[in-house]
Amino acid sequence: MTELAHPPAQKSGAFGKVVLRWVLYILLCLFALYYLMPLFVMVTTSLKSLEEIRTGSLVALPREVTFDAWKTAWSGACTGIQCEGLRPYFWNSVLLAVPAVAISTFIGALNGYVVAQWRFAGANIIFSLMLFGCFIPFQVVLLPMARLLGLMGIAGTIPGLIFVHVIYGIGFTTLFFRNYYVSIPSELTKAAKVDGAGFFRIFWSIFLPLSLPIIVVTVIWQFTQIWNDFLFGVSFSQAGTQPVTVALNNIVNSTTGVKEYNVDMAAAIIAAAPTLLVYIVAGKYFIRGLTAGSVKG
Amino acid sequence: MAPILEIQNLYKNYGPVEILKDINIAIEPGDFLVLVGPSGCGKSTLLNCIAGLEPITGGDLMIGGKNMTDVSPKDRDIAMVFQSYALYPTMSVAKNITFGMKVRGVDQETQTRKLNEVASQLQIEQLLNRRPGQLSGGQRQRVAMGRALVRDPKLFLFDEPLSNLDAKLRVEMRSEIKKLHQTLGATMVYVTHDQIEAMTLATKIVVLKGGIIQQIGSPAEIYNKPANLFVADFMGSPAMNLIPAKARSGGKGAQIEIARGTGDPLILVDEHAPALPEDVILGLRPEDIAEAGFRAGADVQDASCLVDMVEPAGADTYVVSELGGKQVTARLHAETVATPGEMLDLSIDMSKVSYFAPDSGQRLN
Amino acid sequence: MTKWLETHLPKMVLAPSFIAVLVFVYGFIAWTAWVSLTRSRLLPKYEIDGFIQYDRLFASPRWDTAMNNLFIFGALFIIIAMVMGLLLAILLDQKIRTEGVIRTIYLYPMALSMIVTGTAWKWILNPGLGIEATVKSWGFESFTFDWLVNPDFAIYTVVIAAVWQSSGFVMALFLAGLRSVDDEIIKAAQVDGIPTWRIYSAIIIPSMGPIFMSAFIVLAHLAIKSFDLVIALTGGGPGYATDLPATYMYAMAFSRGDIGQAASSAMIMMLVVFAIVVPYLYSELRAKND
Repeated sequence: MTELAHPPAQKSGAFGKVVLRWVLYILLCLFALYYLMPLFVMVTTSLKSLEEIRTGSLVALPREVTFDAWKTAWSGACTGIQCEGLRPYFWNSVLLAVPAVAISTFIGALNGYVVAQWRFAGANIIFSLMLFGCFIPFQVVLLPMARLLGLMGIAGTIPGLIFVHVIYGIGFTTLFFRNYYVSIPSELTKAAKVDGAGFFRIFWSIFLPLSLPIIVVTVIWQFTQIWNDFLFGVSFSQAGTQPVTVALNNIVNSTTGVKEYNVDMAAAIIAAAPTLLVYIVAGKYFIRGLTAGSVKG
Repeated sequence: MAPILEIQNLYKNYGPVEILKDINIAIEPGDFLVLVGPSGCGKSTLLNCIAGLEPITGGDLMIGGKNMTDVSPKDRDIAMVFQSYALYPTMSVAKNITFGMKVRGVDQETQTRKLNEVASQLQIEQLLNRRPGQLSGGQRQRVAMGRALVRDPKLFLFDEPLSNLDAKLRVEMRSEIKKLHQTLGATMVYVTHDQIEAMTLATKIVVLKGGIIQQIGSPAEIYNKPANLFVADFMGSPAMNLIPAKARSGGKGAQIEIARGTGDPLILVDEHAPALPEDVILGLRPEDIAEAGFRAGADVQDASCLVDMVEPAGADTYVVSELGGKQVTARLHAETVATPGEMLDLSIDMSKVSYFAPDSGQRLN
Repeated sequence: MTKWLETHLPKMVLAPSFIAVLVFVYGFIAWTAWVSLTRSRLLPKYEIDGFIQYDRLFASPRWDTAMNNLFIFGALFIIIAMVMGLLLAILLDQKIRTEGVIRTIYLYPMALSMIVTGTAWKWILNPGLGIEATVKSWGFESFTFDWLVNPDFAIYTVVIAAVWQSSGFVMALFLAGLRSVDDEIIKAAQVDGIPTWRIYSAIIIPSMGPIFMSAFIVLAHLAIKSFDLVIALTGGGPGYATDLPATYMYAMAFSRGDIGQAASSAMIMMLVVFAIVVPYLYSELRAKND
């Protein structure tokens, strides 16, 4: 029986395999469409005129491409009473993110270096306490932080927001660097000590030159976090110092006038562009940061 | 001459755990001290204490006559070679070697001169511009040695430097280290778990176990007169045979009775034996058991044994037989014919025998 | 002196961060906890007055809705994202030639701000011009998809958008997990003639326990903190229909001027996070110490 049945069975097996392969690829493509659809809709909508949006279909390509919505979103859309578009807020976010990322990354590198390579009694407890700080819902610190920023005289300012982002970013940046440095054999530090190098010398000459990959991961992670932040932005900024996410939300949810969906979409794309760009350019490091930040060491 | 390294009553604790207990060691200039023991015996910790990389809990540590107990590593005039070589991965070989001098502010000219000296001594001139990642294990090892040599310190410290190399390279580097020691006349402290390395390199061996020194002595002393059962078992390959036996001390020496797998017990007479308790453990190196009639002498006694197993090893043939309930190995000539299951006439050199107390494990003769 | 400096330098470097964490995390938690026990309204008061704020909180129908929403949203979000993530990971694990591209597509939403995601889905889901209108224009005149403005269903639109944003990330986690299973075990199973689906269900997936755990923790954490997505997508509405604890807290703190309520709701949020994270961290740390 087996002798007779075998060859056709094998044939149908091969055929089944091909079918299965097709099903697999179709499924993967459908999912890809699902993830791409909102982006597609955003882009096409932003290129349509309001008239076309009202009469046409959501998924149709624009009949007439117009960049008016982009212009308005960048420099004319209203966020409440002002109508300067996203531009000033976009630069606010840049001014906020660049120093906050740099400072928190640097502090994280030093902390990680201490925790991983200069273990002292209690270092692990300190690290655990810092790590724990990564998990708290930030709502629990909003009220006292608002008061403290007021007391320090930096409430509603960009330096105030930088301060907040640095403070609550240290936990993660320390974690990243600690996990990276812990995999570097402690013999390296010992050898450098015997060679006569001190704490900072070892950091500058030996550890920092080794750290490029983790610096990239940390910078990308911090930049994405800070750029995309909304909670701190909306809580600790005021008109004029708001980051781009807050401004975007204000544009979209401002109740004055006609709803300009194309402007909303253009604004959303502008607000998303920097992080999206980072993702496209350095996706590998972005993913590494995500997994490291969540799985942790 | 004043000892170059002197350790007095050194203790080292990690929290409540005692890692090293009452360590006392002194070595002279030119000595090659090997710290040997199983993993976890504290040998690497002791080396780190000597280097100043680990603080010590109690006792004193002198290098070159100066008390270094609280001195940081960079001021101890030492150099160290690590198990993983610990080469700085982002620096070239040349920079690795000169980093210590650069940190210490040695002028550029001297740096270059010393670098070239060491590079030619170790034959690594052609590697100077490479990164450690581009080197083979043996080359890295050389660079690590170069980094130590260039410092010209009072004391060289080696932390299992050969354990990451393959067997052939290990033997090669071993003899190079030995040569280096002889040409430099430098003082070295060397940690290893490999007893063959210890035997071949050392002028002085410290055997450690559980943070306690078991024996200090020359390789010959350690090999021929192990201080206790641990040292006897640890040093030497194949290991020393440790055979439970009954001793009857008489007027002159003692009569030793060993149970044999078949038939009547084996009776041996040792005229030089000290007063022994009734139960003893007889320590016998495999090479002290030979074919009958091969060795002559008053202390060589015949012993006929049932062969359990034959292991030809090229230069030697190992014959295993059961004596006193233990598998006893004899190291015989390659051409000796032995068949498992048959009796073989052997002889035992009683002048080489060690006796140990079964309960304390201490040496009795 | 230099010796002292040498040994204490690492501690001194770590100290500022440590103090910052002590003050700005633990000190602030203590402050919030304290205030949650007072009668604070527009301004904080510091006289402890028992659990009055918590009584008010639990009596508030709006908070009740917020907690209900959290459980509906959290449960659906976690389950759907995990199932989708696992499915996508297994599909992608079949030696797909274009894996890199596909992975990039699946994961890009994670790079977006929740505000952007909310804005996009708000547009897609709006009944007047979005999916509903599109399907109607295809001739299905009776088609309705008005979840966004329907108080009974609005919370599910938050789930849709959140899953879209995070499922690719779960896929990446699971894919890494699938790839970390010992290759020889899989080969041994293949040699034994075990079918592929059995290899997955009996060998690979059971060995990924820790990955499931991390994915769960991350997603739960995201769910509890969810704030921006709701603000951008529904603004908490219609009415309070999509309020979550995070939006409730924000409303109390910054628009209603009820600091006591804000503090007590923040404390409850933190307790929920702790209930999930603490056992996880504890087991992690224990596993590491053993």
